[in-house]
Amino acid sequence: MGEKVLMKGNEALAEAAIRAGCRHFFGYPITPQTELAAYMSRRMPKVGGTYLQAESEIAAINMVYGCSAGGKRAMTSSSSPGVSLKGEGISYMIGADLPGLIINIQRGGPGLGGIQPSQADYWMATRATGHGDGHVIVFAPSTVQEMADSVALAFELGDRYRTPVMVLADGLLGQMMEPVELPEPLSLEDLPARPWAIDGHRGQRKSNNVNSLYLVAQELEDAIQARFDRYEQIKATEQRFEGFMTEDADVVLVAYGAASRIARSAVGKARKLGIKVGLIRPITLWPFPVDAIEAAVDQAKAFLVTEFSMGQMVDDVRLVVNGRRPVSFFAHTGGIVQTPDEVVEALKRVAAGETINLVPRHGKLTGDL
Amino acid sequence: MEKGSNLNIMVAGFGGQGILFAGKIVAYAGMIDGREISWLPSYGPEMRGGTANCSVCLSDDPIGSPLVTDPDVLIAMNLPSYEKFVDHVAPGGIIIVDSTMVAGFTERKDIQYHKVPATALSEEHELQGLANVILIGRLLGATGFSTREVCELAIDKSVSAKHTDLTAPNKRALALGEMWEGD
Amino acid sequence: MSKTMAATATAVAVVEKEQQSPRVKKEKSPILFSRPQALSDKVTNYCPGCTHGIIQRLVAETIDELGIVGSTVGVCPVGCSVTAYEFYSCDMAQAAHGRAPAVATGLKRAHPENTIFTYQGDGDLASIGMAETIHAATRGEKITLIFINNAIYGMTGGQMAPTSLPGQVTQTSPYGRDVATAGYPIRVCELLSTLDGVALAQRVTVNNPKNVRAAKRAIKKAFTYQVEGLGFTIVEVLATCPTNWGMSAPQSFTWLEENMIPYYPLGVYKDIKAEQAVDKAAQARDDA
Repeated sequence: MGEKVLMKGNEALAEAAIRAGCRHFFGYPITPQTELAAYMSRRMPKVGGTYLQAESEIAAINMVYGCSAGGKRAMTSSSSPGVSLKGEGISYMIGADLPGLIINIQRGGPGLGGIQPSQADYWMATRATGHGDGHVIVFAPSTVQEMADSVALAFELGDRYRTPVMVLADGLLGQMMEPVELPEPLSLEDLPARPWAIDGHRGQRKSNNVNSLYLVAQELEDAIQARFDRYEQIKATEQRFEGFMTEDADVVLVAYGAASRIARSAVGKARKLGIKVGLIRPITLWPFPVDAIEAAVDQAKAFLVTEFSMGQMVDDVRLVVNGRRPVSFFAHTGGIVQTPDEVVEALKRVAAGETINLVPRHGKLTGDL
Repeated sequence: MEKGSNLNIMVAGFGGQGILFAGKIVAYAGMIDGREISWLPSYGPEMRGGTANCSVCLSDDPIGSPLVTDPDVLIAMNLPSYEKFVDHVAPGGIIIVDSTMVAGFTERKDIQYHKVPATALSEEHELQGLANVILIGRLLGATGFSTREVCELAIDKSVSAKHTDLTAPNKRALALGEMWEGD
Repeated sequence: MSKTMAATATAVAVVEKEQQSPRVKKEKSPILFSRPQALSDKVTNYCPGCTHGIIQRLVAETIDELGIVGSTVGVCPVGCSVTAYEFYSCDMAQAAHGRAPAVATGLKRAHPENTIFTYQGDGDLASIGMAETIHAATRGEKITLIFINNAIYGMTGGQMAPTSLPGQVTQTSPYGRDVATAGYPIRVCELLSTLDGVALAQRVTVNNPKNVRAAKRAIKKAFTYQVEGLGFTIVEVLATCPTNWGMSAPQSFTWLEENMIPYYPLGVYKDIKAEQAVDKAAQARDDA
């Protein structure tokens, strides 16, 4: 590993992708992921790669589809409204079992929404990246270092399971700079073989098809079920999380990405007030770290989920806890970021036995949902 | 404020005043010192002339929220920024203002003020456009968050390769701010 | 990995060592007509009188003659030719509706040495995929679009297409296409010919043997230009759809000749080599 460099999250994502053997980037400008594309436009020509500014988000994801089908590690990046547009292409990639990296630097929505940090695309990422039965693996890094690391892992898992992978970050992580130790560059020769690729059979093998169409219903059912068998394998082996001071915690905070940083600050402040609180930080959102939440149910008296949304990941926590403990929720949305002190106030109430479902109105800690 | 203590800094002013660059010098210095650091810009549709601010955290522990909401130090380069953040500065904190740009403001009693006529000083010393770095020099003088040597290395890293001719003036601006004793 | 994860090879494609077209092989009894090597032996599912079969064959003959079946990748659209991946023996992709030029772009950028073609209908190429078409063209993307213009949506059962003629009755223009509300048909070759990235834009049809031969020459020229790296190439083929036009096969050919060809004149709309030749000739004249 090399020395630490100071980089924006967006730039670290880009550089890490190049080091993971990605030589094809297809994108479309949108705030707040702009630096990523700009970085790629500077770097790709220098490493013999392709930076292509597509005519639309839709075209960009379909270029990833084609490039990945051709056997190359390919990626696109965007922010929430753009990722909605990519939904079609992601669905086709799932249906054709194509790897490929999609980065979503989330901003507030729905619609044009805003450009400030948000986590309101959790459902889109974990439930409905596009039409049909299917999932993508979703990483939710919380530091610039983890952003770089997750890109390397995303390409690796994408090849291993033949699935698109999404890195779900937000404007705050994309824009911030932190020191990062970049992964060692992979040699292009060492990348996993893709014997299924449509790169021209050269008369050396049978022809390959990359396709998501099954006109015979039974064939489609078989294909989906085979894919879901793989999903079970992913759920069993790829759940990732970080636990912080959960061993003796009465209240377990659950937060991911940038919100987990605020939660971590809140844990420190609350501990000083004598509240026994810990943090579970999902690193993969799909597969959701079910086992980590399950393991906390016995010790915890209550859970508190904090996100930058009206409450999306909280559903997954409630599904695991399944009524055995109260699951409270506290958040801001629309680009407002909660302060650690606000989370501490919410923690105090939960620690005192209250169950809250709270999104402050105009910064006031009243106004339960 | 103890030397080497954790420091949450807010640098704020107009776009074009070098707010983000100023924050970058502090961030690089922290990194060279081997500390945990984060640098977070405000971002918005305005490219120039709008308000800009930048959160920098220096810490010996992993940094939680990188968004500085109650800064230990506020560096204000215009009046709107001062007014926006003054009430959020932690009690006992420091406010450094460019007094050429910020005048006629109400002062808090529990804050240590450094009023540096940075813009005027920059013109006087032929350091046009480096009021921001003069104020970082003052931050260094006031808090000892790092050393002159490290901050000079940080300037080397912050100045883009296309403008290496600007490193020397930046370093002069830093020294000017650090040694500045008016007020 | 499950079995479905393994390469889904075209069930029927038995790829032999690349060899010359069977038609030139010296046999005891000479073969006068056979399946091009670039086609699989899968029987197509097109309607009687539909010209897809002829056009697909012309593409396959071209691939054979250029000896590039092993380095060609095709992209099929959403439309009647959605399963064209079953009919070719080269590598194939199936693309989302209208996105074939974007998928082809990805394939070409992944392997610039390969020859990439799309096979698209009018709804796919000129309606939902118009942005992809125009931008691939203006980028000078070195791909070949085979554009089947039959003035109707075939697979979905005969709706109005971007190229449906004024007054044409379809399922969704039951009183005839009213240009006052539904707008005018798009002449794709004329439109694309204004773009600098286009090396060849030519409109042909396959209503008689003479035109079939001309269509073949155009397709071969397009592929050749791609192999030579000259830019984006498109061959628009006016095609029949007797089923959705609601007529017999012979009637559909007459309808094409009487209605489509007048609205969509056959010809070369852009040919970068011809332009260069003209320039050269003019230069020579000036020099003389």
